Amino acid sequence: MASIIEISGLTKRYASGFEALKGVDLTIEEGEIFALLGPNGAGKTTMISIICGIARPTGGTINVAGHDIIRDYRGARTAIGLVPQELSTDQFERVIDTVTFSRGLFGKARNDAYVEKILRDLSLWDKRNSKILELSGGMKRRVMIAKALSHEPRVLFLDEPTAGVDVELRRDMWKLIGELRQTGVTIILTTHYIEEAEEMADRVGVINQGELMLVEDKTALMKKLGKKTLTVVLADPIDAVPPDLAEWDVTLGADGHEIEYIFDTQAERTGVSSLLRRLGDLGIGYKDINTRQSSLEDIFVSLVHQEKAA
Amino acid sequence: MSLQNLRAISAIYRFELHRFRRTLLTGLLVPVITTSLYFVVFGGAIGSRMTEVDGIPYAAFIVPGLIMMAMFTESIFNASFGIYMPKFTGTIYELLSAPVSAAETIIAYVGAAATKSLIVGMIIFLTAHLFVDVPVAHPFAMVGFMVLIAVSFCLFGFILGIWAQSFEQLQVIPLLLIMPMTFLGGAFYSVHMLAEPWRTVTLFNPIVYLISGFRWTFFGRGDVGIEFSLIFVAGMLAVCLAIIGWIFRTGYRLKK
Repeated sequence: MASIIEISGLTKRYASGFEALKGVDLTIEEGEIFALLGPNGAGKTTMISIICGIARPTGGTINVAGHDIIRDYRGARTAIGLVPQELSTDQFERVIDTVTFSRGLFGKARNDAYVEKILRDLSLWDKRNSKILELSGGMKRRVMIAKALSHEPRVLFLDEPTAGVDVELRRDMWKLIGELRQTGVTIILTTHYIEEAEEMADRVGVINQGELMLVEDKTALMKKLGKKTLTVVLADPIDAVPPDLAEWDVTLGADGHEIEYIFDTQAERTGVSSLLRRLGDLGIGYKDINTRQSSLEDIFVSLVHQEKAA
Repeated sequence: MSLQNLRAISAIYRFELHRFRRTLLTGLLVPVITTSLYFVVFGGAIGSRMTEVDGIPYAAFIVPGLIMMAMFTESIFNASFGIYMPKFTGTIYELLSAPVSAAETIIAYVGAAATKSLIVGMIIFLTAHLFVDVPVAHPFAMVGFMVLIAVSFCLFGFILGIWAQSFEQLQVIPLLLIMPMTFLGGAFYSVHMLAEPWRTVTLFNPIVYLISGFRWTFFGRGDVGIEFSLIFVAGMLAVCLAIIGWIFRTGYRLKK
């Protein structure tokens, strides 16, 4: 897959001196759904705002569809559709007018058939002549998505698409995003719900305090999710992993006081009992054992805490 | 300028005019009623006692001033509101993220506001004809002057709309600065009617030159020479364009 967004060394320092982004490098592949996960205030919205031209970067470069966002902002912005977090709409306008306006604003020739298709896809066609202020919150969000898609962008940014939305609407939104990806558009969404990232994303990036801490394939993360870590607390510390334990691929932790073994809970033979037997054979005594499920939430929480401790 | 740019300009321009159409009745009726009231009060009540100013019937004399006053207010109000509302409602995100340059944004917003302002100016001009005979010495200059004034004050309004962070700030400049300067700028009298030192003091008010210039297009003479009026209009245009250039370069109150 070709990359559609390339971010390198992106920094943002606000006038107040607050450093919202501390050197972010990230590449987004064309056609993927990328979830940017992080707590409130992590820098998710700042990053999106800079890519879309709403805020200015302090340093670093960004290319969108091969266009530098500053030097060739027209090329870059033509490729982008943005749905911000806040529900900001022209309340007194009709749905169809506001979507037609957006298409024109992005320099595309009028195309009523295309606008109709978008409105139908988003279940807004029946409401096309309604004023936006007459619509529910969920419908308004759809209008904003329709506006963002009106100029046929290659990348769609969804900033917290399900913030403050009830469970049913959230399911609807997930379904909708799934359908959008079928059209080939690259989707970047921000969220602070881990569940949401797990549900939809191909890749997940974790951002905290302006730093991108992890970018990984969701399937790789899910594999980690399906695995458990067995920790054996040894009676006496050892210097190195004995060669006899090589077949389990164990690692030494806590200055030689612990042995860690990652196993697949789904496997027919997990290797747990044989490992413990071998330890007994080798005369390595242990005083405690425990197993732990590693979830995306765990990874996320530990990353965030490491950061705070540092 | 490519087709893509023209489409964006036309989208904003039509969107803004559409906004005006929603309030068409008040937008057009108000200037007509206001003008009529001014004629009843100034033209009828006062004009009957004060027959001529500089050899021009008083009721006709105040027409250029009335048109200018309405156009100052309309231009500033329309242009400032046009850019302030998206800031206030948050919809400005779309403009900022669109592939549109600063020049295109200005042409579209200022163009739309100036269009409405010109329509109001023409309506007042036509309404005035119902009350009084108004000669126009230089019709092309008159229209040209109206365009210049509409564009200059819309640019000024645009700056005001970007600067304002509340509805109160939006109102304060037109009400506390432009309105008094217009009244004291000879909208309803000739500067020559004032005694010294006020006559000299008045000449520090830039509005005097604008109204005087517009009056020249009607009657062939004003309080000051037409060349001074043109210098002031050109100066105002240049200052506004320079400030707007700076706003877009620095992102002042538009971009974080």
